[in-house]
Amino acid sequence: MGSEERRLRMTDEGPRREQRETKPYGPYGPIPRKEDARFVRGQGTFVDDIRLPGMLHGAILRSPLAHARIVSVDASAALAHPKVEAVLTGADLAERGLAWMPTLSGDVQAVLATDKVRFQGQEIAFVVAQDRYAARDALELIAVEYEPLPPVIDALTALDEDAPLVRDDLAGRTGNHIFDWTAGDKSAADAVFSAADVTVGCEMVYPRSHPAPLETCGIVAAFDAVTGRLTLWSTSQAPHAHRTLYSLITGLPEHKIRIVSPDLGGGFGNKVPVYPGYLCAIAASTVTGRPVKWVEDRSENLMSTTFARDYHMRGEIAATADGRILGLRAKVLADHGAFNATAQPTKFPAGFFHIFTGSYDLQAAFCEVTGVYTNKAPGGVAYSCSFRITEAVYLVERLVDMLAARLGIDPAELRMRNLLRPEQFPYTCPTGWQYDSGDYPRALTLALDIAGYGELRREQAERRGRGEYMGIGISFFTEGVGAGPREHMDILGLGMADGAELRVHPTGKVVLGVSVQTQGQGHETTFAQIVAHELGLTPDDVEVVHGDTDRTPFGLGTYGSRSTPVSGAAAVMAARKVRDRARLVAAVMLELSPDDLEWLDGQWRVRGDPERGAGIAEIAMAAHSSLELPEGVEGHLDASVVYNPPNLTFPFGAYICVTDVDPATGVVKVRRFIAVDDCGVRINPMIVEGQVHRGLADGIGMALMQAIAFDENGNCLGGSFMDYLLPTALECPSPELGATVTPSPHHPIGAKGIGESATVGSPPAVVNSVIDALAPFGVEHADMPLTPANVWRAIQGRPVRPDLALS
Amino acid sequence: MKVTLTVNGGEYVRDIEPRLLLIHLLRDELGLTGSHWGCDTSNCGACVVWLDETPVKSCTVLAVMADGRRVTTVEGLGSADRLDPVQRGFAECHGLQCGFCTPGMMLTARWLLDRNPDPSAAEVREAISGQICRCTGYENIVKAVLWAARNGGSG
Amino acid sequence: MQVPAQVEYEKAASVEHAVTLLARYGTAARVLAGGHSLIPMMKLRLAQPEVLIDINGITDLCYVNLTGTQLRIGTLTRHAQLLDSQVAGEHFAILHDAERVIADPIVRNWGTVGGSLCQADPSEDLSAAFAAMKGTMVIHGPDGSREVSAREFHTGPYETVVGPSELLIEISLPIRPGGGSGYQKVSRRAGDWPVGAAGAAVWLTGDVIEDAGIGLTAVGATHFAAAEAEEYLRGKTASEDTLARAGQIAAENCRPVADQRGPADYKRHLARELTTRALRLAVARARGQAA
Repeated sequence: MGSEERRLRMTDEGPRREQRETKPYGPYGPIPRKEDARFVRGQGTFVDDIRLPGMLHGAILRSPLAHARIVSVDASAALAHPKVEAVLTGADLAERGLAWMPTLSGDVQAVLATDKVRFQGQEIAFVVAQDRYAARDALELIAVEYEPLPPVIDALTALDEDAPLVRDDLAGRTGNHIFDWTAGDKSAADAVFSAADVTVGCEMVYPRSHPAPLETCGIVAAFDAVTGRLTLWSTSQAPHAHRTLYSLITGLPEHKIRIVSPDLGGGFGNKVPVYPGYLCAIAASTVTGRPVKWVEDRSENLMSTTFARDYHMRGEIAATADGRILGLRAKVLADHGAFNATAQPTKFPAGFFHIFTGSYDLQAAFCEVTGVYTNKAPGGVAYSCSFRITEAVYLVERLVDMLAARLGIDPAELRMRNLLRPEQFPYTCPTGWQYDSGDYPRALTLALDIAGYGELRREQAERRGRGEYMGIGISFFTEGVGAGPREHMDILGLGMADGAELRVHPTGKVVLGVSVQTQGQGHETTFAQIVAHELGLTPDDVEVVHGDTDRTPFGLGTYGSRSTPVSGAAAVMAARKVRDRARLVAAVMLELSPDDLEWLDGQWRVRGDPERGAGIAEIAMAAHSSLELPEGVEGHLDASVVYNPPNLTFPFGAYICVTDVDPATGVVKVRRFIAVDDCGVRINPMIVEGQVHRGLADGIGMALMQAIAFDENGNCLGGSFMDYLLPTALECPSPELGATVTPSPHHPIGAKGIGESATVGSPPAVVNSVIDALAPFGVEHADMPLTPANVWRAIQGRPVRPDLALS
Repeated sequence: MKVTLTVNGGEYVRDIEPRLLLIHLLRDELGLTGSHWGCDTSNCGACVVWLDETPVKSCTVLAVMADGRRVTTVEGLGSADRLDPVQRGFAECHGLQCGFCTPGMMLTARWLLDRNPDPSAAEVREAISGQICRCTGYENIVKAVLWAARNGGSG
Repeated sequence: MQVPAQVEYEKAASVEHAVTLLARYGTAARVLAGGHSLIPMMKLRLAQPEVLIDINGITDLCYVNLTGTQLRIGTLTRHAQLLDSQVAGEHFAILHDAERVIADPIVRNWGTVGGSLCQADPSEDLSAAFAAMKGTMVIHGPDGSREVSAREFHTGPYETVVGPSELLIEISLPIRPGGGSGYQKVSRRAGDWPVGAAGAAVWLTGDVIEDAGIGLTAVGATHFAAAEAEEYLRGKTASEDTLARAGQIAAENCRPVADQRGPADYKRHLARELTTRALRLAVARARGQAA
């Protein structure tokens, strides 16, 4: 029985793995997940499931105003509540030097506000009580006097002469400007644009949205004053980075801090930053001497934790009259909220936005990004954006469609003419990225085939004749994931390399410790598959440990689709070290030279006599026995590796979305979604497809319903799931998937990473589809989310701005 | 005040505040942490449990309203030695990733199959339309329920 | 998750008991039925009653019955039960159309018809449906029962004529020959509140509209009804032109307010478009041409 056919058999006796006499080595393949056994029984352990003796509950008082001076905070009535154990205010934290904390972008952020509040929902005070209901009651007993100030809400006004100053806490600040950043060659790009036959420009907004994992953020902090140890159970996608950060912020020695990230109910970048609530819980635990749990409400999650996107972009595309794309330009205003807390590598304040050159063979490109402060929650890099690649791909794919419309060329045809060709790889784009590998035309052709593109266009024409409007939208994306290398990529000075540690027990069972942290991506299975494949074991022989800083090697965590490209590579390299060590031991066992052995079918076998050999289990036992060990092997096969990726990997894909639009109501229905992805070698195709399914749903959500808007007073209009709408099963059609495989030449198993691809690639496919449907009405562009109202207004020629209140 | 309710076949008596939400009684008082919560406005469905014979959003039900009634949570699905076909279907079809929405989804699926043993994919989607998943895009959840329907559906 | 403030609790064993309790506590009390309108408000602390009077034990209030020429719906009827009721669907397709798009299947299991009506959210669907069908609300108090037209039931956003010691106990709809009805709703996503919705009922003799009922929600229509459009339709032929004109009149007479679901001009447009569509569907059903 081949690897594809191994199944987890859920029989009447409960889950039972198939035991086999001879073990074919662990497969790549669609095996069911090891972690499911606990989740289908409701036995996952999420942060709010954790109960410790004497544990107290925290709640945060938050500002109702977007911008105000704090005149006074009076917590005396709250302290008098019989169930309240402590109240922390900004003043209390300031005494301990904890009122401010560093952000991931080299700025500072208030933990509890002291001088001013700078966004609606900002943290003012932290109540600690015996139960969560009492904590919530006590919030109403804290009296805060505010002196309201005019807020900066519309990012387009943030740099005005008379704009209110958000960050007067920073010495010498006179305005809301954060940074300017450019990439590409301006003069080359300008030259191309002046000489081009055709240029098309467009202003487009990628509105503020939010990752909204189903489990909100939270922490249980337990400080033991006797041992000086701080133990945290926390929703963290990057537990090691958090540990280092807490050590730097609190002064507690790093080796006395343990962070356990248990099961996470989704992350999507929302659980990368350190939030004020975490620090408050830590402080509260030291003050009360008891464990303190803080888990945020959904409204807190939506209003104060890291949002995503909020890029106001102007893009331009230059081409010849016959459809050869020559260049791209982009000018972006980035709304970073009240504190600059974006989580991306230090050298890239606009993340990897400059991959906006897309999948096409361009002569020149230039982009400039300006970041500004506004009176909104901090964040920006989150929600599977691959460090701003969602924004970049949206821009280029919308521009390509607009160019197609201008030139009267079919958008599939226009893309096919301009896509990079396989022989051009590795390809360095005009802004400096070196794309590793790809066969783009093959992927697009496959997508068009699956969609039945020609037939769809015929149907569209026929329906238009009947006054029915369907749209076909294409998106072709290239993304760069797996950050590292450390020389170029660090977060807060921590280089983005990742470790893997393999312990091989005497009976040949293996424990892999990795620094990444799954939030549902199936690492316990896929990493086991990786190691099993390298060592001739089954995935059941490999236990994957993650999320506990005491038991795993250092690394920067899971986001930016880096788990497979970086940690996966580390696991491979560690396994190969084990295998190489095992060869030396096997040679001694068989009384041969190591060169007499070859790795074949999961064992070290004698060349020319493959019946003789030894598998990892036997060799491990031998390594622990009294066998005289060779040079280079101590009494075990264990290995550890830090993998510094030489480059990003570049997954890509071709997506096609079919929509039906009712122009009389503006209602959009997504009829079909075709997605061809190339993420290099696929370790577990079932898991890969699951990631794509999710990203397609993300695209539907962002394109049609998700946005966090604000009114002119800075009131957040997306603070609950009643207004921040997420797609349900009824909005998502059954996806039609295809795959191509062009391995990454520099990754040890040729894998590229998939986690964010579909979230990156899908929104432009949906938007392109709707705009295509509305072409007969003369609509050239309309911003997401394309709610019924927005669609209708676009048809009327009066589009709405999605980031501000409707009027 | 005192409430008496049967949860997964066991009787419990507790002295609680009238305002205590059923989800908190189950999780915090009874330690049944398999049911989750994910929002403030009864939208996400992570908290779905059965109250008597029907799924409800337990974040929007007071524990006192369950007095004298039966509650079934994910811990009561299947048994110690035998998984419900719905649970098997979710594992078989990769119908879960992070597992947070899964208990609620499975309980709704179980209820659907009890009333409609051979649903269409559209009927499955309609049944779970009040529950949010952020990980799967719903496709494999639908597949999981249809698998359960074909493989010992009524458990 | 947000949690309610402290509250006291009483469980009513009968309608009379409920009324006695309501009389005792007055405005400090709120009736608790399905709780799916009230409890979310309590969790956000937008509603902070001092006492909850739980009527879920009064199972006698849970019914959908045909008696003579009336469909009678008990206040405690769950939305799911109304959607499942064959007799309701047979005579009033509008009720099934509306219930199918109210909230989601799980919320419908526990939320009640009476609870939704008494919550009186300006975007509530059944308010429009009962307005279109010209239903009658039966309200019980210390002095016995009284009847109020569905079109006089609401006095403003979140306000009804039900007094502090009173309980809505039944909604009844008259069954008249030659009728057809339908409901059309636009929302941003499945299960969301409407951006705009219209329910329509027509009673035809031949091609002539003897009577019409049009209910609108979420667009600021007085008493959830489009009385001027109904007046226009009476005696007219059921043609595409008259239905379109009725839609226009309905739109002219509502006062939509901009919010995150849509701007006012769009909502007014929806009032027109959806009224026409609901009328079209109602006419087709009255003619036996549609299911």
